[in-house]
Amino acid sequence: MAHVLHSEKAASTNPLKSSQPLGAAFAYLGVDGCVPLFHGSQGCTSFALVLFVRHFKETIPLQTTAMDEVATIMGGADHLEEAILNLKNRTKPKLIGIATTALVETRGEDFAGDLAIIKAKRAEALVGTEVVLAATPDFNGSIEDGWSKAVVAMIDGITARVSARRNPRRVAVLPGFDLTVADIEEIRETIEAFGLEPTILPDVSGALDGTVPGRWIPTTYGGTSVEDIRTLGECVHCLAVGENQRAAAEKLAEVADVPYTLFGTLTGLRPFDRFVTALSEISGRPVPAKLRRQRSQLADALLDGHFHFGGKKIAIAAEPDLLYRLATFFVGLGAEVTTAVTTVGGSRILADVPAETVEIGDLGLFEKLAGDADLLVTHSHGRQASERLGIPLFRVGFPIFDRLGTQHRAHVGYRGTRDLIFEVANIFQSHLHAPTPEGLNPFARRETDHDSRPSSEPRRH
Amino acid sequence: MLSPKVQALFDEPGCDKNQAKDDKARKKGCSKPLTPGAAAGGCAFDGAKIVLQPITDAAHLVHAPLACEGNSWDNRGAASSGPMLWRTSFTTDLTELDVVMGQGERKLYRAIREIIEEHAPPAVFVYETCVTALIGDDLDAVCRHATDKFGVPVIPVHAAGFVGSKNLGNKLAGEALLDHVIGTHEPDDVGPTDINILGEFNLVGEFWMVKPLLDELGIRVRACIPGDARYLDVASAHTAKASMMVCSTALINLARKMEERWGIPFFEGSFYGVADTSDALRQIAKLLVERGVPADLIDRTEALIAREEAIVWAKLERYRARLSGKRVLLNTGGVKSWSVASALMEIGIEIVGTSTKKSTDEDKERIRELLEDEHKMFEGLAPRDLYTLLERHDADIMLSGGRTQFIALKARMPWLDINQERHHPYAGYDGMVELVRQIDIAIANPMWAEVNAPSPFDAEGNVIGETVIGLSRRSAGAQPPLPVPPPPGGRGLAGMGSSQSVGREDVGQSSSFGAGGSTGGTPSSSPPSRGRDREGGLGFASVATSDLTPTHTYKKFAGSGSGDADDC
Repeated sequence: MAHVLHSEKAASTNPLKSSQPLGAAFAYLGVDGCVPLFHGSQGCTSFALVLFVRHFKETIPLQTTAMDEVATIMGGADHLEEAILNLKNRTKPKLIGIATTALVETRGEDFAGDLAIIKAKRAEALVGTEVVLAATPDFNGSIEDGWSKAVVAMIDGITARVSARRNPRRVAVLPGFDLTVADIEEIRETIEAFGLEPTILPDVSGALDGTVPGRWIPTTYGGTSVEDIRTLGECVHCLAVGENQRAAAEKLAEVADVPYTLFGTLTGLRPFDRFVTALSEISGRPVPAKLRRQRSQLADALLDGHFHFGGKKIAIAAEPDLLYRLATFFVGLGAEVTTAVTTVGGSRILADVPAETVEIGDLGLFEKLAGDADLLVTHSHGRQASERLGIPLFRVGFPIFDRLGTQHRAHVGYRGTRDLIFEVANIFQSHLHAPTPEGLNPFARRETDHDSRPSSEPRRH
Repeated sequence: MLSPKVQALFDEPGCDKNQAKDDKARKKGCSKPLTPGAAAGGCAFDGAKIVLQPITDAAHLVHAPLACEGNSWDNRGAASSGPMLWRTSFTTDLTELDVVMGQGERKLYRAIREIIEEHAPPAVFVYETCVTALIGDDLDAVCRHATDKFGVPVIPVHAAGFVGSKNLGNKLAGEALLDHVIGTHEPDDVGPTDINILGEFNLVGEFWMVKPLLDELGIRVRACIPGDARYLDVASAHTAKASMMVCSTALINLARKMEERWGIPFFEGSFYGVADTSDALRQIAKLLVERGVPADLIDRTEALIAREEAIVWAKLERYRARLSGKRVLLNTGGVKSWSVASALMEIGIEIVGTSTKKSTDEDKERIRELLEDEHKMFEGLAPRDLYTLLERHDADIMLSGGRTQFIALKARMPWLDINQERHHPYAGYDGMVELVRQIDIAIANPMWAEVNAPSPFDAEGNVIGETVIGLSRRSAGAQPPLPVPPPPGGRGLAGMGSSQSVGREDVGQSSSFGAGGSTGGTPSSSPPSRGRDREGGLGFASVATSDLTPTHTYKKFAGSGSGDADDC
């Protein structure tokens, strides 16, 4: 059980967080034929857009209601209507996903009401285009929450409420923002191996997987289809990945009565055993030999890899679900999470993070706490801390802008966990310190006490 | 040429084992004859290179086709505090044409010249190998000529692989040092407390954990052969007042002949384990006092030993609670078994077995006393026997060398490397603490529980572990029935409430239900909410009871024991 500590600091030094609207836009980007729309000033969109482009190395369709001074004072409904109509005419999207920003939320309008009026008034013009809205002010939550709210908004706004006839082969999957294109593909492949048909919402594997479409497309291409969202109620079961997806899973249960199972993490042998077991139970089929072989390979990777993890001190800064996933992974291999920093304190998964404390904070705090760690684990902005502390950095989460191919690294499933073990062990191996006479001198080390696990108490986790 | 030298090595007055043999047995050599098809271990060239290569500032040139050096370079973890030339690999990489045309000697000479021109080493060691010995390249002549020509010592090492075992190669390397190196340099700073450490390889820099102890006593290491050695130190080793021989079977000829030639007394000792480290310090002090150093050295040594032992036992004591009762299998030749065993036992660890393959008779006697059980001692085990032993998990961890690493890992048994490939230094007092710490880290790793738990899937892939979605189990392969749509207005609370509980309970831990609730599928024993979930939430209402005949009785993973037929 981790104690969650809140920072008293006024100044956030080197932020760890990305904002809520960005998370919402991220989720909308996983839907086919979509344009995310920020209801706010131009800058809100532009910063998010640049960060997305740096992370994905893709063109990102992202628009803005371009709130100006007058609109800010007089009300933004007109700007919202104009933006929706312009987008409809210019890009013919299947979905316009609106994320509100701090600007308009501070002003405080009835966006849902405005949108209902716009939709009613312009029903004819908007035929073939769904419009949903998530209230995601920047001053609240973080990327993870924005993602979740957008998924809830899509289910709430699009999924049919009439009782659907269940399709016993169809399952809904609600992944977290921290899963890469390769993670999603790993999940899909595993589900399909049981003869099931997954509907993944959102599905960034279609839209942001770095393909070359051969023509200019102003919206997203690939991802979950709007039609599939509409018929989500047909699913026989819903598999939510990450505590943050609970709200969306509950929304789906409320809207269409689809029961769900929540998986805190799909990284690791036992967690993925649970997932595979669930699939076998839903499908009534045995676990394919291919998966069992992958499981055996993972076991071998655990055996070969554990030497590099035992006794290592790991410092992680990440969104709650990702923090939980990585911390359980490292601790499961014998490492110790000596520093855990996260963005917001609301998630109940934080209590389960296997670390003494979880600090709500920034990368400035992270850098202060992580001085004696063997590995820093956070996104690309951790690189400065890594340089200053002389500790290697393992890049995870969002954004990763100084490495290529991160979307094609899978860290879930048997194979993904296996590769994660290798990836991290290789970082350790490439940063071995050559022994020195000073470093090994028993008298010099007497003060620092190198046998670092001080007490003889067994570790609690 | 080499034959008399090898025969001479087989007559080793410094070795009790050797002296106990009769003439005929002695002639056969130290190691047992190799059995084709059932031999393991390195050749004489390997052994010679192991001994000489850690001389860090020298160039090491292997006169051979590629395999000898190309397949073996940069594979040992000896550490250098300065020069790194020893890690640069040099070989003549003989080709078919070189061999057929007899161009080996010329190529060797040119190679020596290139190395000296580019790297300016204080010396070049040239290693003979099977092919170059067979085709009769005159290594001595080339080396002599190169030495004269370039003014840099070029030392021939005659230890072709076919001559014998790795151990013999160790000794032949010692001979090369005696013939060509030691005594060729007269240092201007000879002191009364200079000592040699022979057979210490400074693996992972572990000798640096011991050296400060000697420094504090005012004892200077003239030459540590070969760990972190410089060529000139080795060349000056004859001026030391005493020697300690660490790895006895490797360099006993070197120690004995240095005593004969230069009157340097030696003793055999070890820096592994608390008692052995103290004993080694005592012996060094004693020998130096016998050589004329003031007698207070002995008192100062005893004081240091008392102080350091108190510290090390206090540090080890911290691990007692965590490691007491843990069972260790020591399967090693290199690290002297008894001293390590005794230190481990001191903090409550049980030694369930120890290999005595490379132990002396004296060691074996000590182990016998220590373990009070003959059966815990074994000479060596065939891989299959070892696997069987480990799979029974009669021990909590095996300490051994890399050769048996994967036998342990495939048996899902914690394992710690204590031979030359290891990554942690274990010498001296602090080394013992590090060893215990590493044992703790290895045993405490939570992944062992994960890989040792039976797979939740049986050989056919059927789930035999706990249920995850709270379903009663259907027979494998059966298509699920087409579900009935939920009754209008009936959706909501029942389905939602129960699925919520599924989610909550499951986050981050293995599912806790299924064991009781699903056994035999008796509805009365399952929690009411789950019953509703099955019917309302999943829509199996009308067919549930007839179709969902369970084919398995759920068991806890640990209890089932039959699920790992094809999985890890």
